Amino acid sequence: MTSLPQSTEKKLGLVIDLDTCVGCHACVISCKEWNTSNYGAPLSDMDAYGANPVGTFLNRVHTFEVKQDDKPAQVTHFPKSCLHCEDAPCVTVCPTGASYKRVEDGIVLVNENNCIGCGLCAWACPYGAREMDAAEGVMKKCTLCVDRIYNENIPQEDRVPSCVRTCPAGARHFGDFADPQSNVSILSAERAGMDMMPEQGTKPVNKYLPPRPKSDITSDITPALTAQSAETGGFLGWIDRTLEKL
Amino acid sequence: MAKHNQPQLDTSPKVSDEIRHTTCYMCACRCGINVHLRDGKVAYIEGNKDHPVNKGVLCAKGSAGIMQHYAPSRLRAPLKRVGERGEGKFEEISWDEAFEIATGWLAPIREKNPEKLAFFTGRDQSQSMTGWWAQAFGTPNYAAHGGFCSVNMAAGGIYTMGGAFWEFGAPDWDHTKLFMIFGVAEDHDSNPIKMGLGKLKKRGAKVIGVNPIRSGYNAIADEWVGITPGTDGLFILSMIHELLKAGKVDLDYLIRYTNMSFLVNQDKNSDEHGLFIRDSDGKEQVWDRVKNAPAAWDAKDVKPAMQGAYMVNDIACTPAFMLLADKYMADEFTPDAVADRVGISAERIKSIAAELAQVAFGEQIVLDRPWTDFRGQKHDQMIGRPVSFHAMRGISAHSNGFQTARALHVLQILLGSVEVPGGFRFKPSYPKPVEAHPKPHHNVTPGQPLDGPHLGYPRGPEDLALDENGRPKRIDKAFTWENPLSAHGLMHMVISNAHAGDPYKIDTLFMYMANMSWNSSMNTSGVMDMLTDKDENGEYVIPHIIYSDAYSSEMVAFSDLIFPDTTYLERHDCISLLDRPICEPDALADSIRWPVVEPDRDVRGFQTALIQLGAKLGLPGMVNEDGSPKFKDYADYIVNHERRPGVGPLAGFRGKDGTGKGRGEPNPNQIQAYIDNGGFWLDHIPESASYFKPWNMDYQNWAVERGIYDNVQPFVFQVYQETLQKFRLAAEGKGDIQPPEHLREQVRASMDPLPTWWEPFEQALVNKDEFPHHALTQRPMAMYHSWGTQNAWLRQIHGHNPLYVPTDIWNANGFQDGDWALVTSHHGAITVPVALMEALNANTVWTWNAIGKRKGAWGLQDDAPESTKGFILNHLIHELLPAKDDGQRWANSDPITGQAAWFDLRVRIEKTDPPPDLHSIPDVAPQESPVGRGPKNVEYGKEWT
Repeated sequence: MTSLPQSTEKKLGLVIDLDTCVGCHACVISCKEWNTSNYGAPLSDMDAYGANPVGTFLNRVHTFEVKQDDKPAQVTHFPKSCLHCEDAPCVTVCPTGASYKRVEDGIVLVNENNCIGCGLCAWACPYGAREMDAAEGVMKKCTLCVDRIYNENIPQEDRVPSCVRTCPAGARHFGDFADPQSNVSILSAERAGMDMMPEQGTKPVNKYLPPRPKSDITSDITPALTAQSAETGGFLGWIDRTLEKL
Repeated sequence: MAKHNQPQLDTSPKVSDEIRHTTCYMCACRCGINVHLRDGKVAYIEGNKDHPVNKGVLCAKGSAGIMQHYAPSRLRAPLKRVGERGEGKFEEISWDEAFEIATGWLAPIREKNPEKLAFFTGRDQSQSMTGWWAQAFGTPNYAAHGGFCSVNMAAGGIYTMGGAFWEFGAPDWDHTKLFMIFGVAEDHDSNPIKMGLGKLKKRGAKVIGVNPIRSGYNAIADEWVGITPGTDGLFILSMIHELLKAGKVDLDYLIRYTNMSFLVNQDKNSDEHGLFIRDSDGKEQVWDRVKNAPAAWDAKDVKPAMQGAYMVNDIACTPAFMLLADKYMADEFTPDAVADRVGISAERIKSIAAELAQVAFGEQIVLDRPWTDFRGQKHDQMIGRPVSFHAMRGISAHSNGFQTARALHVLQILLGSVEVPGGFRFKPSYPKPVEAHPKPHHNVTPGQPLDGPHLGYPRGPEDLALDENGRPKRIDKAFTWENPLSAHGLMHMVISNAHAGDPYKIDTLFMYMANMSWNSSMNTSGVMDMLTDKDENGEYVIPHIIYSDAYSSEMVAFSDLIFPDTTYLERHDCISLLDRPICEPDALADSIRWPVVEPDRDVRGFQTALIQLGAKLGLPGMVNEDGSPKFKDYADYIVNHERRPGVGPLAGFRGKDGTGKGRGEPNPNQIQAYIDNGGFWLDHIPESASYFKPWNMDYQNWAVERGIYDNVQPFVFQVYQETLQKFRLAAEGKGDIQPPEHLREQVRASMDPLPTWWEPFEQALVNKDEFPHHALTQRPMAMYHSWGTQNAWLRQIHGHNPLYVPTDIWNANGFQDGDWALVTSHHGAITVPVALMEALNANTVWTWNAIGKRKGAWGLQDDAPESTKGFILNHLIHELLPAKDDGQRWANSDPITGQAAWFDLRVRIEKTDPPPDLHSIPDVAPQESPVGRGPKNVEYGKEWT
């Protein structure tokens, strides 16, 4: 079993805005193309052109329908990747020390040299955020693009995770939750950022901004327009009065 | 317990050897991309932050470009068919042999009957070049894919206000406060819309989504209107009723910028009934309410009346606005009268209309930007009404789509929200009124070019493409009484007409990037039969088929000769102002593609192959005087071709010194200049010219300087459309050119000069009890048309396409997860898997488009889910309607433009036993793959990890 650091200097993570995410999967594929040729083993695609194509992805979008009585059904797109928990059960369960949480920024990573592919961490993660690569037999997970965010070969403004850089709707935000003045801390405070499944006691770093309330077709009605009254000449009277003012 | 122990990481690893900037082509959005190369291979593709379209972002398709570029389905060399059509048996041949075969077919045609070549291109963006080629060849039979895509929206917009959505214009994302989005395919203009929605969400602007299906954009809309398919026009006209009744239309705007004050002839006996009153100079007349006399509409200080009945030269007349008000204020358009048909409560229709009025007139936006209009009047400010709209195929792919698109444009105009801050904004080179577009040309001279560009906008019956006997001159019957304003042609009718020899037989069908034997045709099984049908001599009824594609698609198997295209990373292209530009409301822009990687196969970009073929045929403009080729390849054409003196395919870096903007002689270093500039060119519109473009003199003058117009041409919006009335007059028996008897009533009814609505044709003809439900398709944001489906990454997101069924239909049929249904239309039946979806119009079923594949296509294994369970609705849709009472079958198209009415489909659905092999039905026999099948497993990038 592996220990977590007492605390981390930064708490890097994502704010994901469920009010804005249109479910386009841009983040899913951008993550795939960056990470298949960067940190650690590639992200394989088994049976890539066959009956049951199954690839390794570090980020996936799930779509849910919610139907409340007397309200129109709602659809929510829910991107999901590692939440870089403060009390990460995937780390403490690791028998070899391969899973670890970085002391400087809190990113949870897998040291693939020490990973024996036992899969315990994936069982321990309540979010299903880890995937065993079928070709390489090592555990893969979101690295928060640790090889981008400090990378001096990349322009400063692009030193963010690939998913954040690409998101067309601007629904993904990256920053340091340890800093109360950071973009992510402020967004999360303003929009009631939520922990995913807080009852699990994992203290996720990533936060989700809930969808804003939608108009309720049954009750949110703007009063109908009033017809021009016959006493003032109706529609034709309105034309005359309007033209006089021009 | 292992102690906390962390390894040293290299957090600054090498990213790539080189970044090359080009333009994406994973869909038609045309984003700028940075292609990272490593060891000569593509390592990573990201959005280009400087690019006007996507400003750095990129969608799933764009990031999956790696898998498209290295797809196992890529064709490798020219192919000659050796088996029967449809089998997919080919031998690879040289380009010399391919050109020899092609010229052997085409040269004799050109010499004697150029019309026997039908040349239709699919979703390419080089129509200015392919059209030029076809014109030089001399055939009248050329068009691109607009006829089965969105010509209703494009033509509806052009005829109303000189542009529509997407390439033509966009909402003012930075200022709008209320945004309504109707029926938008989520792969059209996809990144700009997503970026725009993100901006609106950030500002707290309200989004109303109008769509029978609540996915994607509609999922995040603040309010979702799950409208009944085909009724958008009725919904819009009912909102117009509400606005008019309450005096919530912008009368000042209508007087200044539209033809609503023009006097319309009201003498029913006149040959000019319903046309504008003109003076002896041909100038449209208004009634000056101060002078109480007629006057030219643009006379100085004229004060036009907007109501009343007048006599001008003994002709009874009234302002067009009165006709509009009379029409829409009638009881037939009250919310209560339309609610049941549109599937929206009267209360909700009234509420949305009231909200539009509240924002448009209560929350106007003022920008302190002085400007001068075409009448010479100076304005201190730009004042706008911050409501905006966007719409695409969802409202246009119906048999009432043209008038519905017109209705939406008219709604925006009545609110005074076009080309104002917060409203809809044109992207240069638009606005471009009908007068700035060509008319259709169709006069053939053997051995000579056609008499002008094929496609255009007819001004009246005299512009139809009919011969002296009233027979269609084009194989697709575009510009005939069946669809007079078919400005994009009718690609979906070409194969059935060619097979029927109606209006005549052709010799060679030449197509590019159009999967006509599968997802791009109505009646797919029937089309496959037509392509393989033989005459009594054992010869194919359509004698020769040439096709160009980069991939082993379904259409490849039905062709005789294949020109293998490159991938989008291996080619030169220009995204040209002469074609479908990438401009923004604030900037003129165009861009290029260039070979950021060299092809490793014997393939050529289609446009290069076409130019080389043209030279071999000796086509004018493609050869020098000595007969030698004028252009080496497409890149050479892009740089050196001039459409008009000084105006060529690319607007940037023109002139010998590369400083010309829009105009200038060819610059031999132009492509390198684009590459050095990130693959695109951008020229900002002056601030004083940024809004009110049709009427703003700073914009008009700037547009002339840039070569967009040749002279200043301010115009007013054609809310009342006189061209339509000219066709209607012909149908009423006036004028020399009149429709045949059987089409008179259709022409009269459809050619209403004011937007109108009729029940979709298929729905009106079938028994609604027998076919009670609507059936639709949508394209997912992570997949584009057909050519993304074999992509190893994207097919893991959209590899299955069940038929989505709403709750009531689900329960009525007792469906359970994993069930199958028999879905029947008037034309055919399919057996397919079903899934429940609650966020769906209660009477509509739908599926993702073009996920279903034929076995053997696209390099997929035969047991790929796309070709087992996967299916296409196309089998249920026919290009003709069910027989009318007289036994005649009419086109399943819009009667004005001929746009394919894909979304008029009506079906019934019944639970059925799953097929024994769990393959959807029809289970089309496999085609052979000329490129083999994809590898079992992929580990892309392994060498770098």
